Amino acid sequence: MAILVEGVAKRYISRGREVEALAPVTMTIEDGAFVAFLGPSGCGKSTLLNIIAGLLPASAGRVVHDGAVVSGPNRRVGYMTQVDSLLPWRTAEANVGLGLELQGVPKDRAAARIDEMLRLVKLEGFRRHFPAELSGGMRKRVALAQVLAYDPGTLLMDEPFGALDAQLKLVMQHELLRIWENTGKTVIFVTHDIAEAVALADRVVVFSARPGRVSAVHEIDLPRPRDVFRVRFQPRFQELCETLWAALEPDMLRQEDAA
Amino acid sequence: MSVTRAGIADDPLAAGEATPAARAQAAAEGRRRLALLGARVAIGVILLACWQFASGRLVDPFFISAPDAVFARLWQWITDGSLVFHLSYTLYATALGFTVGALAGFAIGFLLGRSEALATVVDPYITAIYCLPKIALAPLFIMWFGIGIESKVAVSAVIVFFLVFLNTFAGVRDVNPVHVNAVRIMGGGSWALLRKVILPSAAAWVFTGLKVSVPYALIGAVVGEMMSSNRGIGFLISQSTAMFDTASTFAGLVVLAVVGATINAALKRLERHVLRWRAPA
Repeated sequence: MAILVEGVAKRYISRGREVEALAPVTMTIEDGAFVAFLGPSGCGKSTLLNIIAGLLPASAGRVVHDGAVVSGPNRRVGYMTQVDSLLPWRTAEANVGLGLELQGVPKDRAAARIDEMLRLVKLEGFRRHFPAELSGGMRKRVALAQVLAYDPGTLLMDEPFGALDAQLKLVMQHELLRIWENTGKTVIFVTHDIAEAVALADRVVVFSARPGRVSAVHEIDLPRPRDVFRVRFQPRFQELCETLWAALEPDMLRQEDAA
Repeated sequence: MSVTRAGIADDPLAAGEATPAARAQAAAEGRRRLALLGARVAIGVILLACWQFASGRLVDPFFISAPDAVFARLWQWITDGSLVFHLSYTLYATALGFTVGALAGFAIGFLLGRSEALATVVDPYITAIYCLPKIALAPLFIMWFGIGIESKVAVSAVIVFFLVFLNTFAGVRDVNPVHVNAVRIMGGGSWALLRKVILPSAAAWVFTGLKVSVPYALIGAVVGEMMSSNRGIGFLISQSTAMFDTASTFAGLVVLAVVGATINAALKRLERHVLRWRAPA
């Protein structure tokens, strides 16, 4: 079982012109893999993620997830967005329990699961707080607990830690790796941060812009388990970052020109 | 705030202990409130004193009456039961008009908010009727429904309807697509979407609509009473004015002001509870 991306492309019409947001992509994401989509903005990495999530229809090709073609919201995945997707009128615990509630899990079992998740992200003391009363980092942790609570086999994450400060970002990356190592979930992680992609992923898919397309795929051969705090001081980490920078550079500089 | 390896910050919000600093702040807050109350009472007393002084000395009491006469009249109404008689009638019309208008406004606002096509078709009509001063409908309603309570309820309901309708309509359309997608991916169908996202999200808007329309419901009822009625605070005011009884006119206005302020204060409290999830201001 795996996620098969078969010739998926996305075009849309803008001001009477057809724009290619994503040139045809084919790839296989095996079960339990940690894959990062890396690239500048406008390169189609979030577009592909949304197509895998079933939130955006592909213009061509198809996504097959565990043998089933994705058409409409993909319920095999948990999706953590860049923007806050917590429901503001629900407390932290009610947000964490949302997926369980929607899937009809009995109340007592759901309550136990919510406790477990809040412990996992270390927010037991904030269960009755509303999102507006939590800090940005806490909200991210609630969002993480929310997607983990109903135990989807695959996590799609769209720059989930993009808005956090550098330290908090490391802490969240650490938590994510720990959870991934313990659960064996498949993770697709969209980012524009080279160091983040190298520190977390087994494989980095590099996207480039105009038109959005996959320009390179690099395997990250750093040993597991990784320590996100120290891995960046390894020579191999630096090498991989350089390789990825070389792959991204033409695009980045072109973007500079355009701006 | 220190961040440890395990990823946990010392959470300053978690602890709720009453430290000396917290107690000092609470005491300061108490003193501030007392001072505020004092200032408010002082202004009221000064205004009443000025009014009392001006009456008969600077201005003919025929026009402005005087506080002592107004309170005497109020007291008379309270003791002879006419306050309860008239006020209950006005409040009953207000409550009925509010309920009818709010229910209809919510239902139709929700329906149009969910149906893009229908909303686009009827949009110019809604705008046209919205721009109409609703008070101008009062004579028509009196003709249709007579001078009984029905015409007051109708005036009040039609004003409330538009306020609640527009807010519900906006609220239903203001739903964040990120929330909709999140619920759909987690396995929610359209019924779950309605109950867990659309209604709670629209609730803030709907509540705002309800809140602003309560005073208007009162206005509708009072205007209806002033035009034609034999009961109610509106009737009392227009009748007193017609008989050049300024004290009674002012007494009626005082009753309306007190009722309006009381309703507003109650709504503010209710709003604080219902919308407690909103960012603390």
